[in-house]
Amino acid sequence: MAAILELEGVCAHYGRIQALRDVSLRVEEGEVVTIIGANGAGKSTTLMTICGIVRATAGEVRYAGESIRDKRPDQLPALGLCQVPEGRRIFPRLTVQENLDMGAFLRRDADEIEADLGMVFRLFPVLHERRKQHGGTLSGGEQQMLAIARALMGRPRMLLLDEPSLGLSPMISQHIFRIIRNVNEERGMTVLLVEQNANMALKLADRAYVMETGAVVMEDDAAALRENADIKKAYLGQ
Amino acid sequence: MTRGSRKSWQYFGLGLAWFYLLLWPLLGIRDGELHFAATFAVWLRVAVGATICFVLYRLGKAGRLDGVLHPLAAARDAVGDAMSRAPRWMLLTPVIVFALAYPMLTNRYAQDVAINVLVYICLGLGLNVVVGLCGLLDLGYIAFYGVGAYTYALLSVHYSVPFWVCLPICAVFAAVAGCFIGYPTLRMRGDYLAIVTLGFGEIVRIVINNWMALTGGPNGILGIKSPGIYIPHFVDGSFSFEYLLLRKLEYLYYVILALAAFTIVAVHRINFSRIGRAFEAIREDETAAELMGVDTFRFKLLAYALGAVFGGLAGAFFAARMRFVSPESFTFIESAMVLAMVVLGGMGSIPGVILGALALVALPEAFREFELYRMLAFGGAMAVMMLVRPAGLWPAARMGKRSDDTE
Repeated sequence: MAAILELEGVCAHYGRIQALRDVSLRVEEGEVVTIIGANGAGKSTTLMTICGIVRATAGEVRYAGESIRDKRPDQLPALGLCQVPEGRRIFPRLTVQENLDMGAFLRRDADEIEADLGMVFRLFPVLHERRKQHGGTLSGGEQQMLAIARALMGRPRMLLLDEPSLGLSPMISQHIFRIIRNVNEERGMTVLLVEQNANMALKLADRAYVMETGAVVMEDDAAALRENADIKKAYLGQ
Repeated sequence: MTRGSRKSWQYFGLGLAWFYLLLWPLLGIRDGELHFAATFAVWLRVAVGATICFVLYRLGKAGRLDGVLHPLAAARDAVGDAMSRAPRWMLLTPVIVFALAYPMLTNRYAQDVAINVLVYICLGLGLNVVVGLCGLLDLGYIAFYGVGAYTYALLSVHYSVPFWVCLPICAVFAAVAGCFIGYPTLRMRGDYLAIVTLGFGEIVRIVINNWMALTGGPNGILGIKSPGIYIPHFVDGSFSFEYLLLRKLEYLYYVILALAAFTIVAVHRINFSRIGRAFEAIREDETAAELMGVDTFRFKLLAYALGAVFGGLAGAFFAARMRFVSPESFTFIESAMVLAMVVLGGMGSIPGVILGALALVALPEAFREFELYRMLAFGGAMAVMMLVRPAGLWPAARMGKRSDDTE
């Protein structure tokens, strides 16, 4: 299978501090891959480097065989690479409906957009109930659903998710993870998931990377990592 | 008296004492001597007024005024309800008829004030695109007003280009100026952007002030022509056009009324377009907008240029009406006034900005006797506004509530 996303020896810096050291990873088409690690391990920075919010200082980022290292963040949705940013970042004073419309900002196919709107409302019925409410008035879990739904409205080939379980109750996190799995299976959407909740992420994903202090320290099938003694001790609390 | 109310009275007393301390150096130190009587007289009036307001406020809070307030609130709700159900044309028609008939009903002075209000409505709505929709704090907006005014002034004086031809040229020049200023500054966000736009606004004014050869410097430019129209003329069966310069105030009133109407319609269209939605997304969260595929830099530049266009149009009219321009008309205080109108009226709201312009231009005219205290009243009004109606006089539908105010 062809890799849809490939990072090769990527380094990134915040000022003089090196945040990513020689990160290499690949995601195959149709896979769910997760990056786990502690706070400050460089997981989110990896995602931000993929979308060009943080510039890679060395290395190469390839998406669908093409280098996207020098692309601006706003050029990626057109290529089918959509991100659900950390902290959700929905538009608080736009209504739920308008938030979703923004997700389809680059698309001109009104009929298809309408169909996708129906699709995300089926996935997240609560958003349909609240479609006239301001995004900022939703609860944390609903905002996360809105952020994911908004990204889905761009009809991505690949979805990047940054800590979707942050600040949510276990039950809502599980609900959201189930939907991510659904989307992956039904639409064949590739997912790269950054997550602190290693347990849930490893249950969801096919493969996983473990990051520590800005570098990838381990890479394996998710099922194998869940049985790994070191991982159990360090990340799963067993 | 409950503990809460005693505490609020204490604060109120402290506030009055503090106000006296502020007021005294302002009024009490004159010609090297210290006066107390004048300050005390002014302070006493303010204190009495404030105490009455405060007593009413406390009574209202304690529920003693319910007998009066409840029917009032019910009446207000009923009116609001009827307004929201009535079709839009029913609300707009009386406004339009009044606006058209205005010069026939009023004298020169009132027309003059109305022209001022309309100019500021254009400016406010233009700035509203930048500040209210796109969320870019621009403290140098008046520069575009200046660019429009000087463009028309120069074209009119040197090449005698007619007003109507100049209008689009002024708009284009202002938009180009907007891009020139926006290109380097729009990489900044928030407070930094505000400071840099402030700087650029001043640069434009100072350039105008010092470029003697082109702009006449502080002397300004005299002899700008009024707008003219051709009116059909029938004499003994032969048909010709007569050129008429619109010097009279009521004609000028109709010119600016048309410009303001154009601005309102244009801003309304922008507001509800895909571009407007992108502006709002940038205001709400620039990074998220970028992740949705909005080219934020280009859209911010577009917002800046669009805002500048309306400033330029208003500027062209200003030059044509005064028939004189000088750098004094484009100082920072003007930018601040326009911004105050947008904030006071309600950011992002078209009727709000119109109300804001009306309040800040017409009210000072109505209270001319108290001109000395204008800035004092202005500051006080702003402070009260922010406490009572933080989203503005007529907030945009979406600006009213945020998740954090619902609790």
